[in-house]
Amino acid sequence: MNEGNVFKFGDNVDTDLIIPARYLNTSDPAELALHCMEDADPTFAGRVQPGDVIVAGANFGCGSSREHAPVAIKAAGVACVVAGSFARIFYRNAFNIGLPILECSEAESIPPGSRVRIELDTGRISVAGTGQEYQARPIPPFMQAIIAAGGLIPYVAARLKK
Amino acid sequence: MQRVPQTVTEKILAAHAGKEYVEPGELISAKVDVLLGNDITAPLAIREFERVGVPIFDPAAVVMVPDHFTPNKDIKSAEQAKVMREFARRHDLPNYFEVGRMGIEHCLLPEQGLVGPGDVIIGADSHTCTYGALGAFATGVGSTDLAAAMALGETWFKVPESLKFVYTGEPGPWVGGKDLILHTIGKIGVEGALYCAMEFCGPVIEKLSMDGRFTMCNMAVEAGAKNGIIAADDKTESYARDRARRPYRVFASDPDANYKKVYEFDVSNLEPCVAFPHLPDNVRPVSKAGNIEIDQVVVGSCTNGRMDDLRLAALVLSGRKVHRSVRMIVIPGTQEIYRQALKEGLIETFVAAGAVFSTPTCGPCLGGHMGILAKGERAVSTTNRNFVGRMGHPESEVYLANPAVAAASAIMGRIASPEEVS
Repeated sequence: MNEGNVFKFGDNVDTDLIIPARYLNTSDPAELALHCMEDADPTFAGRVQPGDVIVAGANFGCGSSREHAPVAIKAAGVACVVAGSFARIFYRNAFNIGLPILECSEAESIPPGSRVRIELDTGRISVAGTGQEYQARPIPPFMQAIIAAGGLIPYVAARLKK
Repeated sequence: MQRVPQTVTEKILAAHAGKEYVEPGELISAKVDVLLGNDITAPLAIREFERVGVPIFDPAAVVMVPDHFTPNKDIKSAEQAKVMREFARRHDLPNYFEVGRMGIEHCLLPEQGLVGPGDVIIGADSHTCTYGALGAFATGVGSTDLAAAMALGETWFKVPESLKFVYTGEPGPWVGGKDLILHTIGKIGVEGALYCAMEFCGPVIEKLSMDGRFTMCNMAVEAGAKNGIIAADDKTESYARDRARRPYRVFASDPDANYKKVYEFDVSNLEPCVAFPHLPDNVRPVSKAGNIEIDQVVVGSCTNGRMDDLRLAALVLSGRKVHRSVRMIVIPGTQEIYRQALKEGLIETFVAAGAVFSTPTCGPCLGGHMGILAKGERAVSTTNRNFVGRMGHPESEVYLANPAVAAASAIMGRIASPEEVS
């Protein structure tokens, strides 16, 4: 379970908005985090706190295959991205690097700045103070295990050691 | 056993999953023929791959190309390229292509015969879908998926539903693959093919050159597609035959195969298209562009950096000058294309017109180097994306078009149709 503040973005948030290519001359997560969402909201990286949540519209993460995009979001402290839909490469990349994401188009009506509680195992998104609840498809246990391990590679490495 | 009708995408995936047939939505594990990484995505994949601690399943199947920020644009980029170069040496990768012998990955791999009909290809670059023009299944993945597949030689896929696009009619002059795909994305939107296969066919596609087909499949991802594909025909085979380094296999869709949707486009009256900022689906015919003054023109990229494209731009530019307020940058897709352009006198035409002719690089397409836009500047570009900040400052603008429109715009100093200068 996680609780955090909501940052809102619209439809078709592309990977160039998430992490502009001019910063891709590094793959250091901490450095990428400093420029996360910079061309959509230059104040984002300075304001986001660990546990905060991004809520967006359809086709989140469209564009390039850069894994630096979910890496930057995760390293910025974002605990979960909730969007109406995700572009397919971003969707795969997010789980592979251990960033939880939920698909829920109804959640697009959550106002920015709201405080939300998210349960990955049930897919429930609750807005603090209003009692409003939204239901996304839950994340199955093995996918939660990938997220908990920090991504697919550490998950595989840990399994191979057993 | 009852015969199950299959699309070309389904047949290729089934063959690589060791199955008679596959169905949309089914999760499969498939063998991968070729894996690709570049100077941005490979370093991340290498870091992950080395955490697993196993050898590469087949070093000849892994292709690495320094093309995005190369020739190295700064110290950090040089360090990234070095990570990939040293990995390639350490693992004796026969298909690492050094600066001076390389090309933009999606122009280079087909040209070198590293990918062919019937292959399954994954690349840590979203425009890997380009190779669908050869009748292959090719899709972009992230660095972690690349790392895992380098270890295993296989990866998992959800079999995509297929969308069929049939093009009929006689397209006008100056209309090519770029216009067909921009028109299509303009109609269905940037999420119009989300998770799907886009299969292009019909008489217009049959007549389209291989270069035009690469351009179309290249931009399938801009509609959210998993792959774009054109079933291999005689044209594909005559392209692949002398180049192929491995035996290839030709697949075709069954006439009764199932599609999520079939689109029919009569392109008889289609004009060259321009995608306005800031999404590739914001498409207008060039005659409706209005008076948009520009600062830069880029001809090149994995979308339009091939011989057909350079010839077309040179044809329009020949004997004319780039407008005094425009910087025109021409970038060939590969070293081989560079040499061919030299032989044909195209470089002479570009330089005489006042354009820059560069070594192959992705450079300006993704705002890396070799032509970054300042605040408020506008570019007409033959590349694939016009997102906010794509070519530089977040307040700059990119207009996507074909090479003839790009060259005409360079001459006129504003978005222009080749009709206006010919």
